[in-house]
Amino acid sequence: MESNYNPFSLAGKTVLVTGASSGIGRETAIACSRMGATVVINGRDAERLQQTASQLAVPAAGQLVADLTSVDDVKGLVAALPPLDGAVLCAGNSTTLPLQFGSREKFDEMFNINFFAPVELLRLMYKKKILQKGASVVMIASIGGTHSFMPGNGVYGASKAALNSVMRYAAREFAPRKVRVNSICPGMVDTPLIHRGTITEEQLAEDAKRYPLGRYGQPADIANGAIYLLSDASSWLTGHDLVIDGGFSV
Amino acid sequence: MNIQEFIENFAAQLDETEPDTIKADTRFKELDEWSSLTALSIIAMVDDEYDVIIKGNDILKSDTIQDLFDIVEKKRH
Repeated sequence: MESNYNPFSLAGKTVLVTGASSGIGRETAIACSRMGATVVINGRDAERLQQTASQLAVPAAGQLVADLTSVDDVKGLVAALPPLDGAVLCAGNSTTLPLQFGSREKFDEMFNINFFAPVELLRLMYKKKILQKGASVVMIASIGGTHSFMPGNGVYGASKAALNSVMRYAAREFAPRKVRVNSICPGMVDTPLIHRGTITEEQLAEDAKRYPLGRYGQPADIANGAIYLLSDASSWLTGHDLVIDGGFSV
Repeated sequence: MNIQEFIENFAAQLDETEPDTIKADTRFKELDEWSSLTALSIIAMVDDEYDVIIKGNDILKSDTIQDLFDIVEKKRH
């Protein structure tokens, strides 16, 4: 038996993680570094980004503060990026709002961070050839909007559905350069995002019981999926939305 | 901000209950049609009409419409 057999290793890879100052992004950055990757981390808040950096197993190749809803910030970020073997686009936000209150303003707000920001970043990273031959891009989407349609999630879900759509087009268009593009569609994951109070803790606890596997996801559940999609173990996988939801959408 | 207008805005989020039967002392969570979606609509209505962010807990701890009105009014100041 080969003791060092590990098709999921990220050793030798440089990986960008956006939204790395909290939640799924932070956990993903830490997990990638523990699998041997050198990560470049991005977030809006320098202090919280530093907290992530201090938990990395391999020192970060960059800590880039940028607000991805700003076109100038995205340009600046792209200019500062080293050549990449992978990127996990985690930066995003959510809202719980019945559709009849989903004004253009509310939709714009959600689409700016969940759709336009990652799409612009993806576009520029490909155009400027920052994504190396064979690179793997992982977009954090959601089961909302494609696999699940819970009342109140329409504005959020629509932005993630649009992201899943672009993911597939990018998978086709970037394939000649062997750049793979996939997404992860998580169910509810226990991050600061879901504890903002619109939904009470009691309601959250009740909702978690509706998951066949009996709980909400942990950030590590999603980070482990990202590791697979970044690694050479998934070399023949592109244009796929990997549902990680404890069985909720089954 | 007056209670009558608040009651009207509140009643507008309901579909089955006769608007005339909605009063300041209505125990709204006991209404047949009350649901988590209604709660989200009330939260969104308060944001829209009064520029006040209330939370799920504010709904949870209110029994009557008057209770919720008092919370919204308090948060406006």
